[in-house]
Amino acid sequence: MTGAATTTALSLHEVSAGYGAEPVVRHVSLEARRGRWLAIVGPNGAGKSTVLKAVAGLVPRQGTVLLDGTDTGDLSRKELARRVGYAPQNPALPERLTVTDYVLLGRAPHLGALARESASDLSIVEDALTRLDLAGLAGRRLGTLSGGEAQRAVLARVLVQRTPLLLLDEPTTGLDIGHAQTLLERLDQLRREDDTTVVTTLHDLTVAAQYADELVLIDRGGVVAAGPPSRVLTTERLREHYAADVEVLTTADGHPVVVPVRTAGAR
Amino acid sequence: MLRPRSRRATAATQRATAATQRDTAAEPPSRAAANTTRLTPLAVVVAVVVLVGVALLGMLIGPGELAGNRVLAEILAQLTGGVSPLSESEAAVVWQLRMPRVLLAALVGAALAGAGAAFQGVFRNPLADPYLLGAGAGAGMAATAVMVFVPAVTAWSFGPVGPLPLAAFAGALLGVGLSWGLGRSTGGAGTAGLLLAGVAVTAFLTAVQTFVQQLNTETLKQVYTWTLGGLNITGWTDVWLVLPYVGLAALVLVAAARLLDLLTLGDAEASSLGVRPGRIRLVVLAAASLATAAAVSVSGLIGFVGIVVPHLVRLLAGASYRVIVPLSLLGGAAFVIAADLVARTIMPGELPLGVVTAFAGAPFFALVLRTNRERLS
Repeated sequence: MTGAATTTALSLHEVSAGYGAEPVVRHVSLEARRGRWLAIVGPNGAGKSTVLKAVAGLVPRQGTVLLDGTDTGDLSRKELARRVGYAPQNPALPERLTVTDYVLLGRAPHLGALARESASDLSIVEDALTRLDLAGLAGRRLGTLSGGEAQRAVLARVLVQRTPLLLLDEPTTGLDIGHAQTLLERLDQLRREDDTTVVTTLHDLTVAAQYADELVLIDRGGVVAAGPPSRVLTTERLREHYAADVEVLTTADGHPVVVPVRTAGAR
Repeated sequence: MLRPRSRRATAATQRATAATQRDTAAEPPSRAAANTTRLTPLAVVVAVVVLVGVALLGMLIGPGELAGNRVLAEILAQLTGGVSPLSESEAAVVWQLRMPRVLLAALVGAALAGAGAAFQGVFRNPLADPYLLGAGAGAGMAATAVMVFVPAVTAWSFGPVGPLPLAAFAGALLGVGLSWGLGRSTGGAGTAGLLLAGVAVTAFLTAVQTFVQQLNTETLKQVYTWTLGGLNITGWTDVWLVLPYVGLAALVLVAAARLLDLLTLGDAEASSLGVRPGRIRLVVLAAASLATAAAVSVSGLIGFVGIVVPHLVRLLAGASYRVIVPLSLLGGAAFVIAADLVARTIMPGELPLGVVTAFAGAPFFALVLRTNRERLS
């Protein structure tokens, strides 16, 4: 275990999670290695978001979640927030808050209940805004941002938590292909610079295969396959679990590309 | 055949690199500070000047053959240790009637506006007001019961405190307590259960009040007047009665302002940032309800203050509760002093304070809403 702990940033063991009697996620085990990008993929309703929430401690769960070998059950909410940054699929964006005010909220895990932010908190925020190309928008209200700018503001808010692990639920929701690429490139760069472990859910399998080092395919609350994208994304598997007619092609440098196929007579 | 990364992605990479390579050290940290919504000295000075000015007016103007300039001379004499220009009875009017009334109006206004801001933060709803959880209905029911069932001649009291304020205070806390208990027992996460419990409790307590009121229709006018709100005080007792609650609540709410900002993100995101939304709500609602109960106990039901003042502050000073809470406290105080001044001078008799706050506040509010249209959208 100690040998694995040096490279395993996150490990889930037999995790079941969700509200109500019937958990959405059942007996999920997976690992994310430090500094790598793990993408959780799967059809709608498979439980992708619930896995992230289980790690962030936002849903009732059973089983074990280890962060760098530490059981998250032993961490206080604040300690957890210093280790795990989380952004939901549709983050709340109070429209009249300025970008700086909003990003500054991400420093909360590092502040006492009655404390005020210090100059160092402000400079951490400023640094994040610059890294995400938001410095020019620092005084703007959230309600005036475009979709791409808003997603970067959310990323900045998570970034200033300064956590070794980022959980991002569909970070490119609502973005066109160009803005989605820009955001994912930025995220990839931050990950490499800070040696951060990134876990995202992504619905676009081709994009997931391009950015993630490892994929975990989830269906009906359980892990179906895990490993490098080229091994996880096979035509048969996707046809079975997505109930979709797709073809998996491979690029010259070995990245799988998932292409929907319209079979004759579908009309 | 298929290129793994488009030129666009390469362009994106370059932009990302350029952004990070930009010299961050050259930017002074004060720039970030300039873009945060914080209480500026200017805003505080303006609010305090307005408050003191209105309070001074409240002292200078009032019934009785007492010219404003003589009152001003008296105040200056007291401040500088000079000789009082007033007779003993005239001085009593200033220090035993007008002064406590102005201070009580300030405390009631601060309580209602501060509590309103807190309720809007906790419920993430701009229409939330301090009476939302049954504080008003509970106080109204208890006050009505006293007016109907307790004959004036045998009125029980605790020292100088009459039965009406005590009953209203207890009734307000009872209403909020019932809502909280009911909201908790529904087990729902978040605030929806609590909000609906408040609606149910308010409806029920109002029904009880109406029933009690019908038992003795002779008190109808008295009950009606009470529900319209007013500051018919006898002296300093009410001020000392209300001050600890409002003072404590003000401290708690100002301290919790940053946490209220976190609540605007919703429970899940606030939790992911290491705070406990349920605990914040409990503390904030307890403080706000205590302040509301204290205000209601001495003033009856004064509407509009809890909604209009926080919204004015929001429009004029920013959307962070670090600004909204303290400026609402100061602004609410000034607003109710001014409204009370109008209430007791505009007619030979006295207008109900709640009528004035709505009558003067609503058009002013509408005006500010209009002139700030672009800021709202």
